[in-house]
Amino acid sequence: MDFGVFFGIVLLAVAFLSLLRQTRPELAVLLSVAAGVIIFLRLIGPLQELVRTFEFLAAQAQINLVYLQIVFRVMGVAYLTGFTAQICRDAGEGALALKLEMAGKVIILLLAVPVLVAILETVLRML
Amino acid sequence: MPDINLIFKIAGVGILISILNMVLKQADKEEQAQMLTLVGVVVVLLLVIQLIQRLFHDVRAVFGL
Repeated sequence: MDFGVFFGIVLLAVAFLSLLRQTRPELAVLLSVAAGVIIFLRLIGPLQELVRTFEFLAAQAQINLVYLQIVFRVMGVAYLTGFTAQICRDAGEGALALKLEMAGKVIILLLAVPVLVAILETVLRML
Repeated sequence: MPDINLIFKIAGVGILISILNMVLKQADKEEQAQMLTLVGVVVVLLLVIQLIQRLFHDVRAVFGL
């Protein structure tokens, strides 16, 4: 995985952003969104391999795959929330970013409810 | 490298719009300048929205959302 690609994209975007910020700030926000998305799209391949290896390891260790899927879902929601909240902050919308992060936390808690239930059951069963 | 072309495209639209706006301001056609800014934002938004759609599709696929 050549790291230079990310390095180049970011420097390119920063160069254009510094130019665009003075004249057209609204386009600068869109350009920073585009650069962020491009970098993530390049990370999809390695990310998928990581997910596959974790699933393989979980299968080896006889861990229930449902919990692993919950972990991946939480990671996905966390990543998207963080990504969008940071874009809101860059555009100067701190309040929107906070609200979005709160929504993200609520969704993540919602996703984690089955795990909590499972933990409680095992604890009660032990007592 | 289609992605890097996209950054060039967006930056090109931005620079073109700002230059044309200066020209329009010289020719004191203020409202055309505003219209032009709107057109620029819409064009760039279309490009970025396709990217975001790809992002959400891939995130959904990778993380199983």
